[in-house]
Amino acid sequence: MSSAAPSISACPACVAAPAAEAVAARRAEKATGLILSLPTAHCAACISDVERTLAAMPGVTSARVNLTLKRVSVAAGPEVTADDVIARLKTIGYPAHELDPGLLSVTETDKRGRDLLMRLGVAGFAMMNIMLLSVAVWSGAEAATRDLFHWISAAIALPTLAFAGQPFFASAWTSLKARRLGMDVPISLALILASTVSLYETFEGGRHAYFDAAVSLCFFLLAGRYLDYRSRAAARSAAEELAALEVPRATKVEGGEEKIVPIAELAVGDLVRVRPGARMPVDGTVTEGASEIDRSLLTGETLPVWAGEGSVVSAGEVNLTGPLTVRVSAAGRDSSLHRMADLVAVAENARTKYTSLADRMARAYSPSVHLLALSAFTAWMYLTWDLRLSVNIAAAVLIITCPCALALAVPAVVTSASGKLFRKGFLIKDGTALERLAEVDTVIFDKTGTLTLGAPEPLDLSEWPRAHLEIVAALAEASSHPLSRALAGALSATGIRRASVTDIREVPGSGVEGRWRGTTVRLGRAEWLGAEPGARTATWFGKGDGAPVEFAFADSPRPGAEEAVRALIAAGKDVFLLSGDGEAPVAALARTLGIPVWQSGMRPEEKAARVAALTEEGHRVLMVGDGLNDTAALAGAHVSISPATALDAARTASDIVLLGQDLSPLPDALRIAQIARRRIKQNFGLSLAYNVVAVPVALVGLATPLIAALAMSASSITVSLNALRLR
Amino acid sequence: MEMLVYLIPVSLLLGGIGLAAFLWSLKHRQYDDPDGDANRILSSDWDDHPKP
Repeated sequence: MSSAAPSISACPACVAAPAAEAVAARRAEKATGLILSLPTAHCAACISDVERTLAAMPGVTSARVNLTLKRVSVAAGPEVTADDVIARLKTIGYPAHELDPGLLSVTETDKRGRDLLMRLGVAGFAMMNIMLLSVAVWSGAEAATRDLFHWISAAIALPTLAFAGQPFFASAWTSLKARRLGMDVPISLALILASTVSLYETFEGGRHAYFDAAVSLCFFLLAGRYLDYRSRAAARSAAEELAALEVPRATKVEGGEEKIVPIAELAVGDLVRVRPGARMPVDGTVTEGASEIDRSLLTGETLPVWAGEGSVVSAGEVNLTGPLTVRVSAAGRDSSLHRMADLVAVAENARTKYTSLADRMARAYSPSVHLLALSAFTAWMYLTWDLRLSVNIAAAVLIITCPCALALAVPAVVTSASGKLFRKGFLIKDGTALERLAEVDTVIFDKTGTLTLGAPEPLDLSEWPRAHLEIVAALAEASSHPLSRALAGALSATGIRRASVTDIREVPGSGVEGRWRGTTVRLGRAEWLGAEPGARTATWFGKGDGAPVEFAFADSPRPGAEEAVRALIAAGKDVFLLSGDGEAPVAALARTLGIPVWQSGMRPEEKAARVAALTEEGHRVLMVGDGLNDTAALAGAHVSISPATALDAARTASDIVLLGQDLSPLPDALRIAQIARRRIKQNFGLSLAYNVVAVPVALVGLATPLIAALAMSASSITVSLNALRLR
Repeated sequence: MEMLVYLIPVSLLLGGIGLAAFLWSLKHRQYDDPDGDANRILSSDWDDHPKP
């Protein structure tokens, strides 16, 4: 009995407590699930490789790859960290990145899509059944049989419309409340009027009932709506994924102890440690340590800048060589990075809202449809004084003009075009970006990180004596500075062996030092070696007391950049290069790529002003850039593209994200956008042409349900097929 | 014409079964990863024995 005693409690909450604990434990288990991005997964073998390897890891309970989203979700015990999983995946050749599950609102977006799909399915099944019955009526069922079929149709159609039509009714209601006439108002009116009239006709034993037309209208429109949703959701989930790649945490130093905290919890005056290779999470002043800082994302300059005690750093800069302790002067919302992002948001709102082709069409469409139905009704009332006939004809006009084809025209084209662009590595973030891309006549490029990879390559290695290079290889190997890494990579590629250098140590903010055959050898900054720094990106090498020598670097152009520029110029676009970097590297790059007009040393405001001036002159500008110095220009341009490696603020400001390294598909993207725009216009033409034929038929009262069904399906199918031609 | 008494309920029932199957597959997230599912049938992982 005593074992049962604890369950007899004084309060109900005590009884509930263990159950609540169990629930909490289950939640905690779920919370250890990891989501990783797997950009290279593409085939059946990838799925089984990844899943089998991860399932064999101790502590992992399950792993499932989602190939559509290129992600793997791993359920694992708390002892398995994301780093373990990434390391394991790397050994079998799959690069992976951790995603912040909090930022991926997976369930939320999924729910809307599934909801639409469910309504689409219900409408589809109802449509099939009603069509079966309608075929019997069309082929000559009479009297009692016809009435029976109409009644069965009504029994299927009315609940279906009430359920499947909800997205249209809801949106029509909101637009009516806001005193606007959207596309959904005529749709809802047609659905409601058609079912009421048909129900009345069925009561009276009439010959025509439009249940089939109403349900298939609903089905086709839902299909358009779902396509639209799908292309948006794909873009949004990828954008979320990009944002989720940067897990916003910082290492806070408190009483000599380091603690990892979310950036939101940092306050002014806190101390933050920033390791080499990490991005500054906050604005602040360096209180301890020395290092070099890469400002290229913020200013466009490629040369690293020395930072020591007292230097001011801002969020978004990359710490290169030594650990730094930074006293926070502005964090989170107040940091210069976020202030810039906020400015961009303001600029975006101020940008005159682009009205898409579909919107412009809808604005003219709904009033004219209502007017047409109303005049049909009045005219027939005046002629015949037959209310039933007049309402019937007005309903037929509304059904026949209803924008099946129109509502499918844009989503079908946009879905197939953005799918095609996605396979080429472009992610469309905004629905109207495709239309705006088609209008572009001027292209402005940023240099560092956009036309170039932002990763330096050593120049003229063959000029140096082999003995020198062997020592340099040994020193460069020991550092994680990007210049050293590039040097080490290039040397090992040419087959240089490493000399046996001992006592290698890294001097933060300066370089690497070691001993070779009794003499001190150094690789690092010019000032440290006692040399005069030049204009070029360079690292210096010194042996003993000998004069230091310079290893110069140049940023290599992005693959495909030259082809892209050439094709754009050939297509008759004006191409500009605007950079914040110094004159020499910009001029060299412009010459290599064949860009006629370039400008160096530009500040962010100057870039934005240039874009604004060109827009003023009537040009439609495409801005391609990646840094904080480009964000204002990106937001101000007609349409903008940034690479996936760009700063978060720049990606937010741009309409299209370039996922791969290669720039060569850029002219192709412009071409696809132009074709897509042409297809959309063709589709409008097609549905207009069908209205020109069908509307008079409805107006004179000859539109039977059979004609309505035929015309409606025919126009929807032609429009969809026309969109598919884009593939 | 008496056939209709059977045929109509039968056609409605079949349609209903189809709809129920669709809703079931939707509820069980069968449409979450179309690319993956298309590729999964090619893998021979569980061909010879059931999934444990």
